[in-house]
Amino acid sequence: MKKPGVKWLAAPLAIYAVLAYLFLHLPLLILSGFSFNESRFTVWQGFSLVWYRAAFQNQQLKEAAWNSLIIAIFATVAATIIGTLCAYGFWKRSSPVLAGSLYMSLVTPEIVSGISLLAFYQWIFRFLRVQLGMHTVILAHVSFSIAYVVIVVMARLRTVDAQLEEAALDLGANEWEAFRYVTLPAILPGVIAAALLAFTVSFDDYVITSMVAGVDSETLPMVIYAIARRGVNPVVNAISALIVMGFGSLILISERLRET
Amino acid sequence: MESVLELEDISKDYPAHRAVNAVSLDVGRGEFFSLLGPSGCGKTTTLRMVAGFEDPTTGQIRLNGARIHHLKPYQRNVSTVFQNYALFPHLTVQQNIEFGLRRRAENHIDQRVRQVLELVQLTGKESRYPSQLSGGERQRVALARSLVLEPDVLLLDEPLSALDPNLRKQVRAELKNIQRQTGITFLFVTHDQEEALSLSDRLGVMSGGELQQVGTPEDLYLRPRTRFVASFLGLVNWIDGVGVRPEATRVTKGPAETGARSMPARVVQSTFLGNCVHVEARMDAGPTVVAEVSRLGESFSEGETVDVWWQPDDELTFE
Repeated sequence: MKKPGVKWLAAPLAIYAVLAYLFLHLPLLILSGFSFNESRFTVWQGFSLVWYRAAFQNQQLKEAAWNSLIIAIFATVAATIIGTLCAYGFWKRSSPVLAGSLYMSLVTPEIVSGISLLAFYQWIFRFLRVQLGMHTVILAHVSFSIAYVVIVVMARLRTVDAQLEEAALDLGANEWEAFRYVTLPAILPGVIAAALLAFTVSFDDYVITSMVAGVDSETLPMVIYAIARRGVNPVVNAISALIVMGFGSLILISERLRET
Repeated sequence: MESVLELEDISKDYPAHRAVNAVSLDVGRGEFFSLLGPSGCGKTTTLRMVAGFEDPTTGQIRLNGARIHHLKPYQRNVSTVFQNYALFPHLTVQQNIEFGLRRRAENHIDQRVRQVLELVQLTGKESRYPSQLSGGERQRVALARSLVLEPDVLLLDEPLSALDPNLRKQVRAELKNIQRQTGITFLFVTHDQEEALSLSDRLGVMSGGELQQVGTPEDLYLRPRTRFVASFLGLVNWIDGVGVRPEATRVTKGPAETGARSMPARVVQSTFLGNCVHVEARMDAGPTVVAEVSRLGESFSEGETVDVWWQPDDELTFE
């Protein structure tokens, strides 16, 4: 089918699109470019991998990256399971009030969520003998990732014929088997997409994490922020470029899965 | 006849209305029983209560004499063919049909699937996905998926309505054949009176949540107990409070047969329908009637004066 349109508009529209994307991504391109610069200043002196080498040799960065990875994995698994079941519940029995209050966590400013979580932990710690650490960060990440998972999985569930579960029950499957063998396979691409999104959101988070992290649980964004505050350091460029590429591909995979 | 399914005084209330009101019904073993009625008459709700998707507000459902209305759908030996088939899109034909057998951990699964595929003439399509099948084939997969479980009652919720009209008649014949071959009791829900009349051993007509009348197709067509049943099963000419079917209504230019009730009328229109002719005539006394006459007999033109008559035996009367 021929798409409707006006011929002379094609070229100006293409230029407009390029400009819009440049506006969005030029800063990242410049950052990535300078991560390969030999100089530590924003004057090009030649291609070099010196900052990447420095990044990989930085013990503090390595520990932080490891922490971020552990936190993101645990938070993703927990948030994906809880969020998927939550979306399934809303699908079976719609509840605008409950769904709405869940989405509240998306519109609450991060700093408010962070402070309230910190206050909550401090209150809880009066009864339990625990301190801020990896576990508090993981819990915080689970709590704010759930809403993202619910939104993505709900969108997928809306495309599923509710009568399929009835058919499964009718053929002798119990409620769990109906979910396991019929609904879950149908929404699996959405669940994986949701998990990738939760992983990204968890790995990226700075504001909430910095409020609830302990001394042993500094994450990568926290360390990058600390390095950047001490002055210009192209190691930050290198590590940022790596993160952008890594998560860019995760998001691409996630989008692909949402379409299947 | 031995009953396999008994509904006793079943009612279903929803917050705003009563969908089914005091329905009692016995379905015999091996019978092809239809529930016929317009949309919203409660026939599908009745079917869903038998399947276990809805709980009756009051009343009892018995299968083989045992009460089942408190059991989950997967605890009842009945199975449903859904209106839109509800095939599992991520499973092949083979896997769709195996689904129930696997949940029940039954033996000889491959052999039973092969037999049922043969029965519904789908051999060779085992590894297709539902999206790769035609509408008629999907319908047969849905049927096979339920039949393979050998249910005490097979519930069919308007299974032909999603097919195009040409295919519908052919599938109707196949359905009847399969029911005869397997001897499985069919409870068939439809709003199409031709379907119900041609397929059923017995049928029940529902309206407004109530079961109006139960009987054989002949019973209901020739001896309807209410005006609703009479008009739902076919055209009726209402003359002076009695009903006469168009095929029992006669139009002649000459005098009526002896013993017939006769009225003078004027032809309004004559419509050629291929296998017969519908003659519409306005009687001098008022109402307009339709007579179904043979195309081999007399022909009529607009404005002609005729006699409309019928035999008193053919009158439909109501209490």
